Amino acid sequence: MSLTDVPGYVSTKEEHGETTVVVERVHVRDACTYARDELGFNLLADIVATDYLGWSRKGVSGYIGTATGRDLNVPMTQGLQALPDVKPARFSLSYHLLALRNGAPRLRLQCWLEDGDSVDSVVSVWPAADWFEREQFDLMGIRFDGHPNLARLLLDDDWEGHPLRKDYPIGGEPVRFSPAE
Amino acid sequence: MSTTLQHVGRARRWPIVADSPYDGSRIPARVPTVVDVPAALRDTDDILQVNFGPNHPSTHGVLRLIVDLDGEEVVGLSAVIGYLHTGFEKNMEQKTWWKAITYPERIDYVGYQNNELVFVLAIEKLLAMEVPEKATWMRMLLCELNRIHSHLVYLGTSALELGAISMFWYCFRERETILDLFELVTGQRMHTRYFQAGGLAEDIPVGFFPEARKFVETMPKALGDYLALLDRNQIWLERTQGVGLLSPGDAIALGQTGPVLRASGVDWDLRRDQPYLAYDQVDFRVPVYAGCDVYDRYRVRMDEMAESTRIVRQCLDRLERMEGEPWITDDRKVVLPPREELHTSMESLIHHFKIVTEGYRVPAGEVYVAIESPRGEAGCYVVSDGGPRPWRVHFRAPSFAALQATATCARGALIADLIAIVGSLDAVMGDTDR
Repeated sequence: MSLTDVPGYVSTKEEHGETTVVVERVHVRDACTYARDELGFNLLADIVATDYLGWSRKGVSGYIGTATGRDLNVPMTQGLQALPDVKPARFSLSYHLLALRNGAPRLRLQCWLEDGDSVDSVVSVWPAADWFEREQFDLMGIRFDGHPNLARLLLDDDWEGHPLRKDYPIGGEPVRFSPAE
Repeated sequence: MSTTLQHVGRARRWPIVADSPYDGSRIPARVPTVVDVPAALRDTDDILQVNFGPNHPSTHGVLRLIVDLDGEEVVGLSAVIGYLHTGFEKNMEQKTWWKAITYPERIDYVGYQNNELVFVLAIEKLLAMEVPEKATWMRMLLCELNRIHSHLVYLGTSALELGAISMFWYCFRERETILDLFELVTGQRMHTRYFQAGGLAEDIPVGFFPEARKFVETMPKALGDYLALLDRNQIWLERTQGVGLLSPGDAIALGQTGPVLRASGVDWDLRRDQPYLAYDQVDFRVPVYAGCDVYDRYRVRMDEMAESTRIVRQCLDRLERMEGEPWITDDRKVVLPPREELHTSMESLIHHFKIVTEGYRVPAGEVYVAIESPRGEAGCYVVSDGGPRPWRVHFRAPSFAALQATATCARGALIADLIAIVGSLDAVMGDTDR
């Protein structure tokens, strides 16, 4: 029973003291069932999707992140712009799991999906996933197959678009700080 | 009633220390958050569908429950939320990190300092930042005061809804004292914006310790008053005992945390089981009750107020000996330089200008930080691309999770019990809808 036995296992990442296991999109429900029954992660704390549209198109100057946070010996990017790591797909979907036992171990199960892809619902694994999945569907437009009631949750039923996506218009006027922008 | 006190801590089957009050699971089968009207009743003329909220005084804000009633009995229920959705998460993506700190407090507007803390802790985790000891202890003190404040609001309003009007005045008497303390420290009664990445925004003001001591001395007596008013009040007992049952297994399956989980006999508190700040250096007990009902949720919160008062006292003991110590870390790339240096130091002026106009930069990465807020596990998931603004912020709202249990708790309840149940889950709608 190790993390590499999780169904659909792709990779493991240890950063900031947090364990992330990336699994294949089509195996998410199996992976969650495995994490609950074999690894003992009995509480689903949260489901969150992130939109990485435009993530590595724009350079960022500043500290270069490392697995332990800021490396003060690497003095920023010296004015040069660094591109953040390229992500495997547009959306990441993270399941934050907690085991109610000594040491409070946590695990982040993560899968990657493109616009239009869907994942299997985990409501049958944790009933708590009901609203968590509906929220991500509502605000991020991720479809969950097999969800018993996949309707908008926080926004009106006739709302158009998914506001937390990066291509959702936010309005406002851009401010120019330099002629180069 | 099997509501014996279970302070036993790590008991046999830790963390679950209670037996289920019913057989099997009561989570509705089709949709976990919706109670469907039974087929036999569906086509009769006896079912009355009632909109309970969103503008109803006993829903603690804009919660709307669509309730199907058979007589007084709740036979169908579904919750409609989102009336207070303001897009905090989207807004925070447009703000620099330090401007975004103002937002989490408005999300859970009753447990504001805890929410502020979880976001600041997430920034500090990405920055791998050390925080001075004084700031850690002051944060802990304020978070515990905030926990008492939140439980007082719960107690006052829940009792008010069940007819105990005087409870409300008593609770808000002590709440007022706490808000005065917040005002003394931060200049604001609510939404204090006192925590900075790296420490505190200001030093602890002169005169805070005597005032806080006064509160710590009066709070146990006030708790005695509350107990005298409620704990032998027959109406209160009958309205709450055995109402809104939620078994330990169902509570875990529904992602419950905090007082709701502990009242269902699960001995779980992140302050003890996953210590943050300096909770491993203070002495406190975790109240756990096995009744799984509204009454035990009330008792957990009552005990927690007493325990929080003890923690506040220990924090004061520590902080009074830290006079003159720094309250914020000395990292000029993140923390504003002291005001007086701006007149003499060019570097300080540049740093000040850069942090204010552009904001500090946080290394790329993703973190999830969880703390024990008054309502349970408040989590914050943050993604940074290395720039001055968060790429994505998401809050794991304990109220959001708690309201998912409404359907399970309210199965077969009476419409009047529904008010007690919703109150006992202690959901803040700002936290739920974000």
